[in-house]
Amino acid sequence: MTDTRNIAVTVNGARHDVEVETRLTLADCLRHQIGLTGTHVGCEHGVCGACTVLVDGQAVRSCLMLAVQADGAVVATVEGMADENGQLHPLQQAFHDNHGLQCGFCTPGILMTLLEFLQHNPSPTETEVREALSGNLCRCTGYQGIVSAALDAAGRLRQERNQIDGTNRS
Amino acid sequence: MKPPPFHYHDPRSLDDALGLLVDKENTKLLAGGQSLMPMLNMRFVFPDDVIDLNRITELASIGEDDGRIRIGAMTRQSSLERSELIRNQCPIIIEALRQVGHLQTRNRGTIGGSLCHLDPSAELPTVAQGLDATIHVQNKRGTRTLTMADFPAFFMTPAIEPDEIVTAIEFEPWPQGHGFAFVEFARRHGDFAIVGVATLLELSADGTVSRASITLGGVGPAPIRCSAAEGIVTGSTGSDAAISEAAETCREIDALDDVHASAAYRRHLAVTLTCRALRKAYDRASGETAV
Amino acid sequence: MTDRLYEARYGRLEDLALLTGKGRYVDDIHLPGMLEVAFVRSPHGHALFHSINAAAALALPGVHAVYTHVDVAQTLTSDHIPPDQVVDSFPTTTWPYILPKDEVCFVGEAVAVVVADTRYIAEDAAPLVEVDYESLPVVSNCRKATDPESPTVHRHAADNIVSRFTTEYGDVEPAFVEAAHIFGFSLKQHRGGAHSIEGRGVVANYDADSHHLTIWTSTQSPHKSRDAAVELFDMDESRVRVIVPDVGGGFGGKNTVYPEEILTNMASRLLARPVKWIEDRREHFLASIQERDQEWDVEVAVDTEARVQGVRGTMYHDQGAYTLLGLHVPHNSSIAVPGPYHIPNYRIEVLVAETNKVGTIPVRGAGYPEGNFTIERVLDRIARELGMDRAEVRRRNLIPGDAIPYQMPMKTREGTPMIYESGDFLRCHEMALEAAGYTDFAQRQKEALTEGRYIGIGVANMVKVTGRGPFESATVRVGRSGRVVIYTSAMAMGQGTKTTLAQICAEQLAIAPDQITVVTVDTASSPIGIGAYGSRNTVNAGNSVHLAAGEVREKAIRVAAHVFGVDEQDIEITDGLARVKDDPANSLTFKEIAKALGAAKGLAIPKDMPIGFEATVNFRPPDVTYCNASHVVEVEVSAETGGVEILRYVVVNDSGVLINPTLVEGQLQGGIAHGIGNALYEWMGYDENSQPVITNFAEYLLPSSTTVPNFEIIHVETPSTLNPLGVKGAGEAGVIPVAGAVVSAVENALGPFGVWIDQAPIAPVRIIELIEESKASR
Repeated sequence: MTDTRNIAVTVNGARHDVEVETRLTLADCLRHQIGLTGTHVGCEHGVCGACTVLVDGQAVRSCLMLAVQADGAVVATVEGMADENGQLHPLQQAFHDNHGLQCGFCTPGILMTLLEFLQHNPSPTETEVREALSGNLCRCTGYQGIVSAALDAAGRLRQERNQIDGTNRS
Repeated sequence: MKPPPFHYHDPRSLDDALGLLVDKENTKLLAGGQSLMPMLNMRFVFPDDVIDLNRITELASIGEDDGRIRIGAMTRQSSLERSELIRNQCPIIIEALRQVGHLQTRNRGTIGGSLCHLDPSAELPTVAQGLDATIHVQNKRGTRTLTMADFPAFFMTPAIEPDEIVTAIEFEPWPQGHGFAFVEFARRHGDFAIVGVATLLELSADGTVSRASITLGGVGPAPIRCSAAEGIVTGSTGSDAAISEAAETCREIDALDDVHASAAYRRHLAVTLTCRALRKAYDRASGETAV
Repeated sequence: MTDRLYEARYGRLEDLALLTGKGRYVDDIHLPGMLEVAFVRSPHGHALFHSINAAAALALPGVHAVYTHVDVAQTLTSDHIPPDQVVDSFPTTTWPYILPKDEVCFVGEAVAVVVADTRYIAEDAAPLVEVDYESLPVVSNCRKATDPESPTVHRHAADNIVSRFTTEYGDVEPAFVEAAHIFGFSLKQHRGGAHSIEGRGVVANYDADSHHLTIWTSTQSPHKSRDAAVELFDMDESRVRVIVPDVGGGFGGKNTVYPEEILTNMASRLLARPVKWIEDRREHFLASIQERDQEWDVEVAVDTEARVQGVRGTMYHDQGAYTLLGLHVPHNSSIAVPGPYHIPNYRIEVLVAETNKVGTIPVRGAGYPEGNFTIERVLDRIARELGMDRAEVRRRNLIPGDAIPYQMPMKTREGTPMIYESGDFLRCHEMALEAAGYTDFAQRQKEALTEGRYIGIGVANMVKVTGRGPFESATVRVGRSGRVVIYTSAMAMGQGTKTTLAQICAEQLAIAPDQITVVTVDTASSPIGIGAYGSRNTVNAGNSVHLAAGEVREKAIRVAAHVFGVDEQDIEITDGLARVKDDPANSLTFKEIAKALGAAKGLAIPKDMPIGFEATVNFRPPDVTYCNASHVVEVEVSAETGGVEILRYVVVNDSGVLINPTLVEGQLQGGIAHGIGNALYEWMGYDENSQPVITNFAEYLLPSSTTVPNFEIIHVETPSTLNPLGVKGAGEAGVIPVAGAVVSAVENALGPFGVWIDQAPIAPVRIIELIEESKASR
């Protein structure tokens, strides 16, 4: 009974044409067919958030999406966060500087959640950060390093934005 | 935990979707996927056909028509959260949504999906009941409406036919300045509410309650309108005594009993949270607190 | 290079790969021709079966094989997991089957394994395997399991008692006869499961041409995996290689060899193709080890000054259906009760009872949290009954600093003396209370009450065995590339092992830690080792690295002294060079020394110098170390909903010298969060048919970001006297006293209601029940 489809999905700026079973989840498609294993699978029922990616700019649980649903979509995963020279995104750098990861398994999902969150809320309070993170589970860190990293990153991103604005103005 | 095999369809129009439903039994409609996909992954359901509604753009909309608010069934919860129209006219939806799942859940989850899934602990069905919403349903043969009160048939099952799709929810917003509150108790932020209460109040110029809507979620298999409580609070001036008395009527309700919470605890929460919700709603209506 | 590398908050070497999605966990491994596995698992808590019919499953396209006990018996040297540590004396009914022959003993026990092209297809096929189960009576409660009339977990067992032992010292009976006061009560404790966010997983690759079996496994004990494969497949160590990829957390759940791993290996062996098994979350709920339940009946005898004279009681421990790894948890719990307190007479009788549930082995804390919870409840009870302050009761009973080193009257489970060699428990207790503003709290509590708010404070103290030997190996080697590489049997699962070891090595060799490569377990490069558990990595591997790096440093000095014709004391090691102090132009790089000690022409080396710029050390700790901590927590409890919010959490922790305080803090924070889970949230429920009623993350509540505060951690560093670095362990330190402190705080908050809490975790529904009960009784 298995259907298959040909889909085209753009991941981190690169177009991928893949043939997938229609029941294949987006998480499995990214990890096993496209070969981007940075996105992880922790529960497959939409609670732990390890599988979070951006689809058309929105943070979603890729274990709860079918790959076919991403046909024509623009997907961003952790592998696309650093720039083409390998320079870390301020979020990634902040996680390193604030001991925001231990085993690293939940980390890509958290980074993607924060990417969207900080876009909509560039000056969050600690409470707002903790609420935004409540859909991502971590067993290692107790969240403190993650929260520090998020707040630190927010500051760095604001600074970057100000610099760009300043440059644009001048 | 991988989904079982199924035939997948992603119609581009409502009409196509309805056509697909005509001759198929054992189908599932895929909306936001936040409830259906876990069920598929856990193999709790084995549909022969999955009809994906996500490419039917006509089903996602937020609008106002003739004084009533109409929300397309496939409207994302995050879109509702950001909608200025909803914030201005129906802020209880925003307050409820802030407690629905998490950022990721709301980016995909839809209002129609939540209503049709009818999880007793879900926030949106409770709010819809409180708003006396009308549910628009359509199949190949035509359209019909039902009230939210009539919408739940039994546990987690709406009163719609296998060939019908919920297309929109529609309701009359309460007047500007109305009191509202959605209060719930959940174990962790974003968890399903063990009990949630949606309250809407309208006050007359002298501060008496002229209209009240009080709905409990998580207590019974479907949202429960507390008409007894509404009766007590209507005509009152929102005193602590009146609110208490109204909330106490919740202690009589038949409540669900499971490993997570006893019936007694749910009733207890219903009373406590109804108190809080009424106080919050009244204070908002009377301008005592900023919204 | 003058920066000190100890006590240094050096940025983690592990981070770059993990942050950019370049980590390589077991499910990231793809090999050509790889197949995937799913298990057919018992839906019954206890049942017989007579036949397994796999015809329909095998007929499904993409299915390659279905294996049952018949295949196990034909292929392997045993149909049971080889026993580990002290279980040889237990009946074989306690040893897990690799696949059972005719009886299943817990929901989720695997009875067959399906091998298919993809996991999707394997999951399609598994339900098609027909097993003709016949239900048997089920045992679901560990106390009831000890009843002589109880059905048995295994049908041929005489009873359900795996072991009955007594942990005791002193003379408890006279202490109770002479006591001024005796208080007694029962406790129900529950610790749930491990739930690393990455579940278990194995990729096995049997190469039929070379007869080599390579196993990638997400494990905490890779050498056990290798040894089990060697034994079960009748191969030798030259043909079995275990490589540990990045591990997404362990917490005890990955610290044993499971049937699923053996079966994945077997499938590869039989099909001569790579085979992968990735545990999904439901499998982790059903078939990964847990700690679960203990029931305690305990009594304490005190004198008129609230000093404990004796503690005695009985403890029922839920061992589950199989004993995979000895009885560490119940032993540890019974040993852990005295902790940092002076308990002169002690006797706990322990009944280790089987139930029809998945087996119990240590989860982070390894039974110490339960022992600690018991003594903390005892001390709170004393305070309550005598109308005394809880901190004062503890003050009177803590072993004072000048009594340390302190030999406990009790022996370790190996029969050796238990000696608290360093530390000052009373001082940590006072520091924590001071930092938390304990003396002002009563006033703040009173004020809160006038606002209708119930806030409470709780304190708990703990001591934990850490650094258990016998060893973890380290080879520090500089090859022709000049790069310093550490090969170690130490296991990494998020603790920052590589960074810590690199720092230790860097200190000796005067280079930056990021100039050092750390290779953790590949049994080809680290053929012997023990495993990551029990807060032992830094004590064992850290000291091995320290000593090995020291030897390498000495070699560099000797070579340079020889080459430049000076005394060894005239040579310094700095910036990756061995050079003459007064004449720095005379220097050798590590690359040059490596070449020299590899016997290159043109460079003479002393005849008595061994070949190779390297050293291997297996440091053997002479005894276990003990870390200690004092926790003080403030909570607010809603008397309306029973909800508990943690307002403030203060910790004074002594784990000896801290190589990297940031990493230690991370371990403590994670441990405390886990403890909060055990205090308030995590419950792995089973019904009376031993059916799990909690099987997903929506119902099993792991602490999330909104349920924990920032933790205020104060370090005390009393060096250990038992190893050159002076380190103790920290991995489990955070979790041990949390439940005791939090429950005490919740109870304190509800003081006006006079509730007594006899369980952990405590959920809001229970808090409301307790409040209602107390109102009713007035």
